[in-house]
Amino acid sequence: MRKLHIPLSTDVVRELQVGDEVSLSGTIVTGRDAAHTWLLEAPRTEVAVFLKDSLIYHCGPVVSRSAAGWSFVAAGPTTSIREEPYQAEVIKNYGLRGVIGKGGMGPKTLAALQAHGAAYFHAVGGLAALLAQAVTQVRQVFMLEEFGIPEALWVIAVQDFRAVVTMDAHGNSWHDTIRQRSEEVARQLLQSRRSVQTSKQE
Amino acid sequence: MNAPLHEKAFQRAVLQLIKLASTDLSADVVDALRRAADAEAADSPAHRVLALILENIRSAREQVTPICQDTGTCNFHVTLPVGFSLRQVERLIQEATREAVRQSFLRPNAVDPSTGKNSGDNVGRWAPWINFSEGDNAAIQVQLLLKGGGSENVSCQYALPQASLGAGRNLDGVYKCVVDAVTRAQGQGCAPGIIGVGIGGDRATGMLVAKQQLFRSLGDENDLPVLRDLEAQLFHDLNTLGIGPMGFGGKTTVLGVKIGSAHRTPASFFVSVAYMCWAARRRTMVFSGEEATYA
Repeated sequence: MRKLHIPLSTDVVRELQVGDEVSLSGTIVTGRDAAHTWLLEAPRTEVAVFLKDSLIYHCGPVVSRSAAGWSFVAAGPTTSIREEPYQAEVIKNYGLRGVIGKGGMGPKTLAALQAHGAAYFHAVGGLAALLAQAVTQVRQVFMLEEFGIPEALWVIAVQDFRAVVTMDAHGNSWHDTIRQRSEEVARQLLQSRRSVQTSKQE
Repeated sequence: MNAPLHEKAFQRAVLQLIKLASTDLSADVVDALRRAADAEAADSPAHRVLALILENIRSAREQVTPICQDTGTCNFHVTLPVGFSLRQVERLIQEATREAVRQSFLRPNAVDPSTGKNSGDNVGRWAPWINFSEGDNAAIQVQLLLKGGGSENVSCQYALPQASLGAGRNLDGVYKCVVDAVTRAQGQGCAPGIIGVGIGGDRATGMLVAKQQLFRSLGDENDLPVLRDLEAQLFHDLNTLGIGPMGFGGKTTVLGVKIGSAHRTPASFFVSVAYMCWAARRRTMVFSGEEATYA
């Protein structure tokens, strides 16, 4: 398990390889569907300071509010592939060193990770209770009123947040490997069954 | 005529049902995840993922917090005795849903698609969704499925014949659609998933049948031998795909396959696939008088 402290340097990120397990500590920002389009509509300088050399976390948390302020109750990753059209540009424009999410991303993001020195950190989907416990502080929130709780950009401090590198800064994607293997098995399974020609047509 | 519904007690009981569904996973699902963990080599990524999942389930139960932050869409299935008011029950379920949001058991998940505005309390048009039916029992039964968006996004529907898969209008065709759907989903639906399949119906009822299957216990057996065999075959074969927990690779890609059917029009042959994530949050409540029991 490699311990990483945010802000991250490109040198540290380029040392990471697909399969590396990491523990992340420092300040990160949550952002999902509404956030990504908003970040690209105009330069958002108020959030940019938190994103530089940090990570964006694809997460729409369950939060609670008390006299002491906001706290994260449940905060696992959301599916990342929805941000594929936007992610590369967000990485480039805001100097991100990576993304935390689940399910992996596509070729455009993979190329951006390589070009800009960033990585994709896969958190376990549904691990909401444990990952919320890794959020030690809610520092700030942007666009809460406009986007609502799940879609707002939450600036959070995390301690020992567990993830696995599944896309690295060298053009490798573990997701591509698994997909290719499983598609080959699926092809064989499909061939083992009667084909369409023998079926009865209405 | 029934005694009037005890509104306060019913609303409180529905809140408890939501809390239970969101924070405490059913034993059959936990057992299946444990078996999946035991099947993987101790130092494999699949085993580590499953161990974390089991730890998360335990933590959520102990802390009484949501297992997953995506508390999803609330799918209620209510079976009422003769003579109850559907509108009254609907209003009480909506109130319990609002309270569950206030108590952080549910995330506010109702977004108006035309304005992008989140209603803030999980209540909106068709949200929560409630399916009513009438039963013989004197008690009210409420089933709840919390279905997350990630798994809903990889759920899908096929119209047979499907030339690209070589899938004809028969159970072999159904088999091929399910294999294709699970392969396409990879880890995106939070594997290992539970696969509900609806054969036939129209586009709406076919998917409804598929989703109804998700209430079945993982250990049950289909009443129809031909569907029971298909379930067993798919369960075995899908677990040879190697997608594994979260798509990290591994021996367990699905925890179960459950198939139901609905009569179709001669022109249509739909195969509806409802993918449920490993956090298969479904619970049932039986309410009578002022008391509720949960399963």
